[in-house]
Amino acid sequence: MFDNLPRIVSVLLEGLPETVIATVGGIALTIALSFGGGLALLSGTRAVRLLARVYVEAFRGTSEVVQLFWIYFVLPVLIGFQLVPLWAGVLVLGLNHGAYGAEIVRGAVQSVPKAQYEGAIALSLSPAQRMRRVILPQAVVEMLPPFNNLFIQLLKSTAILSFITVPEVTRQGVQVLVPNFGSDIVLIFVVMLLIYLVLAVLITAVMRLLERLAATKVGRRPSSVARERVDDLGGVAAGGGGAS
Amino acid sequence: MSPLWDWDYAWSILPDLLRALVVTIQITLLGSLVALVLGLVIAVLRRARIPVVDRVLWALVEFIRSTPLLVQVFFLFFVLPQFGIVLSAFVVGVIGLGVHYATYTSEVYRAGIDAVPRGQWEAATALSLSRSRTWTGVILPQAIPRVLPALGNYVISMFKEVPLLIGIGVVEVVNEAREIASETFRPVEPYTIAGLLFLLLSYPASMLVRRLERRRAAV
Amino acid sequence: MPPSSSTTTAEPMIVFDGVVKQFGDNVVLSELDFTVAPGEHVTLIGPSGSGKTTILRLLMTLEKVNRGTIHVGGKCLSHMDKGGKRVPADDKYCREVRKRIGMVFQQFNLFPNMTVRGNLIEAPCRVLGLSKEEANARAEELLELVGLSGKIDEHPTRLSGGQQQRVAIARALAMRPDVLLLDEVTSALDPELVAGVLALLRDIGETTDITILCVTHEMGFARDFSHRVMMFDRGKVVEDAPPSELFTQPREQRTRDFLRAVLDRH
Repeated sequence: MFDNLPRIVSVLLEGLPETVIATVGGIALTIALSFGGGLALLSGTRAVRLLARVYVEAFRGTSEVVQLFWIYFVLPVLIGFQLVPLWAGVLVLGLNHGAYGAEIVRGAVQSVPKAQYEGAIALSLSPAQRMRRVILPQAVVEMLPPFNNLFIQLLKSTAILSFITVPEVTRQGVQVLVPNFGSDIVLIFVVMLLIYLVLAVLITAVMRLLERLAATKVGRRPSSVARERVDDLGGVAAGGGGAS
Repeated sequence: MSPLWDWDYAWSILPDLLRALVVTIQITLLGSLVALVLGLVIAVLRRARIPVVDRVLWALVEFIRSTPLLVQVFFLFFVLPQFGIVLSAFVVGVIGLGVHYATYTSEVYRAGIDAVPRGQWEAATALSLSRSRTWTGVILPQAIPRVLPALGNYVISMFKEVPLLIGIGVVEVVNEAREIASETFRPVEPYTIAGLLFLLLSYPASMLVRRLERRRAAV
Repeated sequence: MPPSSSTTTAEPMIVFDGVVKQFGDNVVLSELDFTVAPGEHVTLIGPSGSGKTTILRLLMTLEKVNRGTIHVGGKCLSHMDKGGKRVPADDKYCREVRKRIGMVFQQFNLFPNMTVRGNLIEAPCRVLGLSKEEANARAEELLELVGLSGKIDEHPTRLSGGQQQRVAIARALAMRPDVLLLDEVTSALDPELVAGVLALLRDIGETTDITILCVTHEMGFARDFSHRVMMFDRGKVVEDAPPSELFTQPREQRTRDFLRAVLDRH
């Protein structure tokens, strides 16, 4: 029953670059939008706060699949040109998860004790310096565990790019393999799921490493971060969560 | 050139989209039922710490949480018939969504159960309450109210994930929008309305959950 | 009137026989032997970490012994008889033995999801199989005893610490136990509430024939409530004597040191 295993693995791996590009690209955009959106949510200017709020609620309030179809089918009508499927996918993954990430950043920044702000003010640091030199380094430690969950969520979401013809792992499996290797269907899915599992484990490994680095940087033992993971579960619940 | 947004057209497709929305809500509610019940069963089983069962459950939960729901749904859809189990796409969707989210709700329940002070277990033991009565009379009535907001958030998440079932041909809102768009070659209205329908339901729902959260925090 | 010393002809209510309890490498109780007669009031005193609370928790089967046996009312807590063979106790057997033992905790441990009434009738209804009417009658009677008649439909969280502890005492008594375990029941209370709870316990001690084991730091209470006081240190009984002897002329240096330290604090 494993006769077709090499073929199955090779066809699925053909989709791996697309899945990885979508994941890494999506994560990069997510990070940018999370910090941009998160800091905008805390801005002193009302209009900026409002704008960020609209972005966050619009993307958290609608389905990711709708967002994908909207950007792939509707946006071209409005802007006059078609997006490459993979980049449309990266855009949606980033926009969607960035909205959740913005809340993570906002929450983490707000969780830094007030005394730290006051200490920074007492040293006459400028608002930008306060944020960059004092607040963010501490907030990042808090952000990493929920971001780990968010990135795994994003990895899982790359499967929906199969709907807009991106030849990633899921599409390779369902469109190429299932019709041709019907008798090996269990095997196809097991390999497919294992590929995602390995990628998820990789993301977690990298994030754990970052957690340890960030924790030692602010003089904390990593175990305290690990313990907080549990509490984060409920916090990023709406669409957040993921393997921990 | 026709206008970007045609109100007459939008009104004409609304009834079909609303009908499909009902399907989306049905799947959400049934899937939630599966997720809420199964998640509780997993959490209670894991609390019993039966050596092998516990490891197996842990591995299963982590595996399901780390892999895409869409692939799991395809798996159920294509693999179950091989074992003689033929289910409609609707039912596959409910099961897939429910089982996937049960792995999340089980963690939520677990956190809630862990938050019940140990003294409550001990007092139940001191009163000779049976195992099942300790759970149903003492522990769960304290654990579940605490985690209701988190569970509510997951129900909202499930609602937004229903369109994944396009993959197996369930006619929910987005699939309906896609069919309308491909028939009329006008994608703007159906997809935009579909998006708004989601926003219209999930935004007030999450406001409600947030209020619940604040009330819990205040108590 | 309960017996005044442990030299009684009746079968003892509680027997500890070579009991060893350790948490990891930390030996909490080492080879502990003692008996308590029916109706006897025994107070356990000693520095914190000396194993007093562990004794109560072992009796309540909240912990398991590592070695040795404990008998309550002639029944072994850790093992049962199955077709003539001695096998580890199962859940059902444990529950059966536990029915005869009540416990009051330092932190009250009332169920916050139930009213006072719910707390009082839960176990009598579910475990003893009393009817709602019987259980309610018992609850009302006990609330009157603890002086909280008006509070039956209150939520425990709305009561003061002293009131909560009275309810917890009533809850334990509602099971009509043969043995009552009191685990530092006044330690979590504000000082002005302590006297009331202790007066209630004295009252219960005088009007019932329940065997009572009590861990406390209230030496005045220990002196006039107990028939016997056992001084513990590092998992061993250092001294075991009637309070009239132990408090006035302790034999052991360690007892003297402990009593001096405790009395200085108050």
